[in-house]
Amino acid sequence: MTERSVNHTTFVIERTYPASPAKVFAAWTDAAAKTVWMDDPDYKSDGTPFELDFRVGGRERFGGLNPDGTSYRYDAVYYDIVPDQRIVYSYEMYSGEDRMSVSLTTVEIVPDADGTKLTYTEQGAFLDAIDKPEARGEGIAWMLDNLTTFLAKEK
Amino acid sequence: MLDQMSAGGPGGMPAADLDRVFQALADPGRRLMVERLSQGPASVSELGRPLAMSLAAVVQHVQVLEASGLIRSQKTGRTRTCSINAAALRSAESWIAERRALWERRLDRLGDYLADAAEDANEDEENP
Repeated sequence: MTERSVNHTTFVIERTYPASPAKVFAAWTDAAAKTVWMDDPDYKSDGTPFELDFRVGGRERFGGLNPDGTSYRYDAVYYDIVPDQRIVYSYEMYSGEDRMSVSLTTVEIVPDADGTKLTYTEQGAFLDAIDKPEARGEGIAWMLDNLTTFLAKEK
Repeated sequence: MLDQMSAGGPGGMPAADLDRVFQALADPGRRLMVERLSQGPASVSELGRPLAMSLAAVVQHVQVLEASGLIRSQKTGRTRTCSINAAALRSAESWIAERRALWERRLDRLGDYLADAAEDANEDEENP
């Protein structure tokens, strides 16, 4: 039986890009562009087409393989779009048939002396800390990789 | 939780929550033990076999790992059997940190994408 739990977490990531707000915004609106930078070597494609209907009420969907080889699915809905300034959307992540999280993401795009400052804020309900035996090895490898990075930065 | 995640540890790790785990894993001998246990349960003496140390030292390391929550142990007769605590390794904190790390990488690639797009635009201007 699955042990039920909910973990509410907010995380914020900031980046500054030497590009105009319009260029940064455009990279979020165009499926071809988004496919390029959303693609991650650890989360491989399983051939599921990338769908992006970038408008208020529109959906975004894609899927692929988690590092442990299980399949994942991403399903988003857009709520607020202010060209060159702000995007608010919610997204669900599934691992197989299990809903892993439901998050609200706000992307803020602000002109900056060096170009454009982007602030990514994700407020999530992370559900049922899913533990799959096959994920153990990956979990350990991941933890050890992070440890290496952590120790390198501590020096 | 919010403050810890926002403050962000290196590589997107929530620093405070995983401190004990990091401390436990900072020792190469203990890392070997964790790697061995990821293959399946083992007795304390089995864990110590590849390491050049006394049984007492092995027991101490096992205690540190157990205190961090990374492993569990159970005594049956004279043998203490250790096993990995998968929940600690795939805890909510660790996979939320993993999610954060994924978005960190994506936003870095967005920067690469924007730089490439700017370069292409410059070339177009030079060679209309």
